[in-house]
Amino acid sequence: MSVPVLTAPHAHAHASVRGVMLTVWLALLPASTYGLWLFGWPALNLLLVTCAFALLGEALSLRIAGRPLRPYLTDGSALLTAWLLAMSLPPWAPWWIGAVGGLFAVVVGKHVFGGLGQNLFNPAMLARVALLISFPLEMTQWANPAPLGSAQAPGFMDGLLITFGGHPAIDSVTGASILGHIKTELSRGHEVAAALAGNFDRLDAAVGGMRGSLAETSAGLLLLGGLFLIARRVIGWQIPLGLLGSVALFSGIAHLVDPGRFADPLVHLLSGGLMLGAFFIATDPVGSPASRLGQFLFGAGCGALVFAIRTWGGYPEGVAFAVLLMNAATPLIDHYVRPRIYGRRRDGAPLEVKRKGASQ
Amino acid sequence: MRLFRFKGGVHPDEHKGPTSDLAVRPLPLPVRLHVPMQQHIGVPAKPSVKIGQRVLKGQVIGEPDVGLSVAVHAPTSGTVLAVDDVTAPHPSGLSTLAVVIEPDGEERWCDVVVPIDPFQIEPEVIAGKVGAAGIVGMGGAAFPSAVKLNLGLSKPIHTLVINGAECEPYLTADDRLMRERADGVIDGIRIMQHALGAGTAHVAIEDNKPAAQKAMRAAAEPYPAIRIVGVPTRYPMGSEKQMIQTVTGLEVPAGQLSAAVGVLVHNVATAYAVHQAIRFGRPLVSRIVTVSGGAIAAPANLEVPFGTRVQDLIDHCGGYREEPARLVLGGPMMGVALAHTDIPVVKGSNGVLALTADEIANARPPHACIRCGQCSNVCPLGLLPLEMAARIRAGKSEAAADFGLADCIGCGSCAYVCPAHIPLTQYFNFAKGELAAKREAKRKGEYTRQLAQARRERLEREQREKKEKMAARKRAAAQKKAAETQQEAGQ
Repeated sequence: MSVPVLTAPHAHAHASVRGVMLTVWLALLPASTYGLWLFGWPALNLLLVTCAFALLGEALSLRIAGRPLRPYLTDGSALLTAWLLAMSLPPWAPWWIGAVGGLFAVVVGKHVFGGLGQNLFNPAMLARVALLISFPLEMTQWANPAPLGSAQAPGFMDGLLITFGGHPAIDSVTGASILGHIKTELSRGHEVAAALAGNFDRLDAAVGGMRGSLAETSAGLLLLGGLFLIARRVIGWQIPLGLLGSVALFSGIAHLVDPGRFADPLVHLLSGGLMLGAFFIATDPVGSPASRLGQFLFGAGCGALVFAIRTWGGYPEGVAFAVLLMNAATPLIDHYVRPRIYGRRRDGAPLEVKRKGASQ
Repeated sequence: MRLFRFKGGVHPDEHKGPTSDLAVRPLPLPVRLHVPMQQHIGVPAKPSVKIGQRVLKGQVIGEPDVGLSVAVHAPTSGTVLAVDDVTAPHPSGLSTLAVVIEPDGEERWCDVVVPIDPFQIEPEVIAGKVGAAGIVGMGGAAFPSAVKLNLGLSKPIHTLVINGAECEPYLTADDRLMRERADGVIDGIRIMQHALGAGTAHVAIEDNKPAAQKAMRAAAEPYPAIRIVGVPTRYPMGSEKQMIQTVTGLEVPAGQLSAAVGVLVHNVATAYAVHQAIRFGRPLVSRIVTVSGGAIAAPANLEVPFGTRVQDLIDHCGGYREEPARLVLGGPMMGVALAHTDIPVVKGSNGVLALTADEIANARPPHACIRCGQCSNVCPLGLLPLEMAARIRAGKSEAAADFGLADCIGCGSCAYVCPAHIPLTQYFNFAKGELAAKREAKRKGEYTRQLAQARRERLEREQREKKEKMAARKRAAAQKKAAETQQEAGQ
């Protein structure tokens, strides 16, 4: 008899790319479900449109590249990208924001670079930034929370109207995000504390009752999902800790120096896309360093940039920009920061021959 | 005793249950033995028997050649039928020279050397006897053991580490050896300790083998210099560098042998072979082989004479329960996939596995690398397999070497966990081969250049010498002529 000759190892841990994507998606599910409940039908419409167009872009790109459709369409990578993008969009944004974003993320963000695993930048964040720069109005209209079943929640038909029909009354039910509000108030000469008064409740921010992106509102649920990913060893603790740690550190120092101008660390940690970014965006392995030390540096760099952009930049939120900038720095980090190899020093030279008289 | 942790590692399903409680049974002599002349790392032995010649068990049938080489002995008594090529137990499936013996069934040993007290003789003599007995590392690497024992003469060895980890799934050959022949193993360890002048011997046994630990502890009881150390069950615990690190905390510098830090590692089966060779004068002619895997009807641990075909082992185990998806010689993590079963068992073969489709890595086409980093998390050397593979894929083996390719021990942990099913080990083996070929080509080119240079210099020298000779002759002729003219003028 004859069997195909294949190289060792002959056993496998039975892990798969789809399994990895599925685990990340599961970790996102609590925050996503909460966001969908909080913002109702229009949010669900936007999510579905984004996913559909991302899949369309994936299929087209694979076709053009002459790659097999099935294994890549079903590996969950395009869906996860679209999901993450939708999570970071204003929940009542019109359908074409999701459509353009989904297509852009997959086609320009991923396939132009050579497909899965080849992209330099995080596709979801690339699309989000492209949308923000191109359509600043639509991308900064934050719907008031209107949980499904509540009086102010739009019905199914209203939802369709909001997403697909350009709801005329949308202005009356939207407002600025807390970070945007702080920025505006500061520019008007008010202090941070005054801006926060009556607009920001820490518990509310942790649970997620604030205006914000679709699934960025609940810092607590995102943290939970992130810890699940760390426990399942899908991501390391280095990037989240580096990112959250440096945001807390820099904002803490600034707040101590001038509490009137700089919001305290908790405001930073609980608002905007920070939790989503720290656990789900910056940790995307494709655009982050390979070594653990490199990952920590990457996270810390993201955090420093987030603080800098939020504080001095033109935009109230900086997670997407920060991640993209650090994505660009990843090849550099990878070049200089490598793990120490057994039997070698960190610089790659062999260890000195040390002789012990006897082992312990 | 304090243990140290090596980086990374994996926990593959053990699958040791089917054979760990099966006592070693001798395999009945097969109809023919195809004994390869190369069962070790290095230069093949030279056949020293003629076709038709009668041989006795333990008689030398292959003399060690010059260089790194060891003798090969007749695994049983019988007649030499042929000296011919057989398929080698190697991934290439190339052929190798073998002596074919038809057993006479009498199992008659040749005259053995009178036993002597090994502790009264010089270390060199012990190493010499171990070499003459054809003993090689039996954990799979098959490096001639005498060479390693001789290292004790040139470098002080303070610790002898004995590898009883048996970290490969399915295999229980070493487990059974330690449980059934602990006294022999301990005696072999004492002899090697004496040969090396090693003060301490640590026998590292993974914690999933409590019975072996107990048996070895009992046998080592009278010898305080030998310690039985329970080590965590983690692949690749049995790899030399990882085992040294676990037991002693020492790290072997890159490019050095473990002797550089005063430590040597030998396998438990090697220790037992040393015991047999020194105490009874019996050369290495058989070993314990685990026959297992989901496709084997009746898994077993068998004492197998070298040169027995894999098919004979499978037949003895009742054949297949179902059609195997893959046949492996060795363990599933580092073993060699066999193209067919007409392949002889050799000194380094610790297992024959017939694996079902469920048991093997499903041979689906590799997906794109998502840089998840699992490979570098599990790499016991701290390498970045994903970065090396990306470069090798792009045809840049040199760039991969810059990431430490040469330090890769080929344990396969990276490929085992890769969610994209990328055959990383194959990439690395390919690139290592390519780099070796390039080095060789460079060396040859350099040699050719030297030869050309030497030829040019020789030609130039000859030309010069010719010219000088010619000039000298001309001068001589001119002088002669002048002299003649003078003479003529004088007359």
